[in-house]
Amino acid sequence: MDWGALHTILGGVNKHSTSIGKIWLTVLFIFRIMILVVAAERVWGDEQDDFICNTLQPGCKNVCYDHFFPISHIRLWALQLIFVSTPALLVAMHVAYRRHEKKRQFRKGDQKCEYKDIEEIRRQRFRIEGSLWWTYTSSIFFRLIFEAVFMYAFYFMYDGFRMPRLMKCSAWPCPNTVDCFVSRPTEKTVFTIFMIAVSSICILLNVAELCYLLTKFFLRRSKKAGNPKHHPNHENKEETKQNEMNELISDSCQNTVIGFSS
Amino acid sequence: MSWGFLRDLLSGVNKYSTGVGRIWVAVVFVFRLLVYIAAAENIWKYEHDEFECNIRQPGCENVCFDHFFPISHIRLWALQLIMVSTPSLLVVFHVAYRENREKRHNQKLYRNPGEIDGGLLCTYLISLILKTGFEIVFLVLFYKLYNGFKVPHLVKCDVRPCPNTVDCYISKPTEKMIFLCFLVATSCLCIVLNLSELSYLIFKYSIKCYLKRYIQKHQ
Repeated sequence: MDWGALHTILGGVNKHSTSIGKIWLTVLFIFRIMILVVAAERVWGDEQDDFICNTLQPGCKNVCYDHFFPISHIRLWALQLIFVSTPALLVAMHVAYRRHEKKRQFRKGDQKCEYKDIEEIRRQRFRIEGSLWWTYTSSIFFRLIFEAVFMYAFYFMYDGFRMPRLMKCSAWPCPNTVDCFVSRPTEKTVFTIFMIAVSSICILLNVAELCYLLTKFFLRRSKKAGNPKHHPNHENKEETKQNEMNELISDSCQNTVIGFSS
Repeated sequence: MSWGFLRDLLSGVNKYSTGVGRIWVAVVFVFRLLVYIAAAENIWKYEHDEFECNIRQPGCENVCFDHFFPISHIRLWALQLIMVSTPSLLVVFHVAYRENREKRHNQKLYRNPGEIDGGLLCTYLISLILKTGFEIVFLVLFYKLYNGFKVPHLVKCDVRPCPNTVDCYISKPTEKMIFLCFLVATSCLCIVLNLSELSYLIFKYSIKCYLKRYIQKHQ
């Protein structure tokens, strides 16, 4: 059990996302989760063992480490990734609920239902409109909030994004002000800046997706207001076919992403 | 055999749950299991090695660690996850029993073996009560064993063979406390979800029962 399980859940949401949403998901998995598992965890692996204080006083190192690192970078990132991925679950639940309703309609033999069998309902990709639009937009909004909150928490807790080489500690039971040395400070700074940069890219992608959805919404409304006689069903089916083709292309690109294992 | 088994179990349970039940599965999966494996496990990994006492007496550290941590937080957390997910197996077994029965008698005995009614409703309600019970038991156990959910950075130990009262320092107490608070919060959220699902099901089926009797009476 590892991040691969999250990949499976979110992969399902991928089908119903916009193109920007798909890019966001790829960036999340390749540049954040994969980097975290493959590289960052090793860099922070020996953080307490190699945190050395210039004193023989037992307990001083523990207390100083706890004082300077109330919560480790790596754990904060893991929490950030989990919280940021969670709003996509809202979309997944909404889609599952819609599918369930369509299956119920199909089973009742409703005339309005245009599907030939249950498999088609299972494979169908829903357009982002109506209540699904609201769920999708709120999920992007929550994602933005979580990203911003975690970035601020990082900045606030560690006084910036730089890892110092030396920290001066005078917490009890250290006998006086003691020099404590952090292990691999430069490597940690590099990874911290990398993660912050990718976080910022994800924030920009989310903002772009939000603007795109809002623009589409207002355009659709003005189109409907200006042209009440168009035929939605015909347009839907053609667009759905085109979307399915685009989705097949993007899925085949997605499948070249290596599976994660820890 | 690892946590993948629990993941498969939870996915299987998802099929026969109500809407609130599915939210519960998502919460357990993402906020408890994933956080445990991705973050919490590593915090407690070297807790014994990093537990340091201000004494050179051999054996004193071991004895003090054992005195203050009869069972490690992380092991209690893992046990809680397992115990809380297991009652859902009852529902899975009951549905499998129904499907088996239909196969044996070679006829359709139930409208839908996975639909929550009759005996399956009782099994589902029992599983909800058990889940809630286990959550509460473990929270109380945590509270009683560790005198609250706070992890002190220093504990004073005077167990033999320590020659006198010795200062012992726990590693990463703040981080451990943060994750314990997270555990308690998600536990409480799961209790609330279970109780709301319980009330929803009881309410729904009592209304159904009442309406049935009312219609029968008037016929």
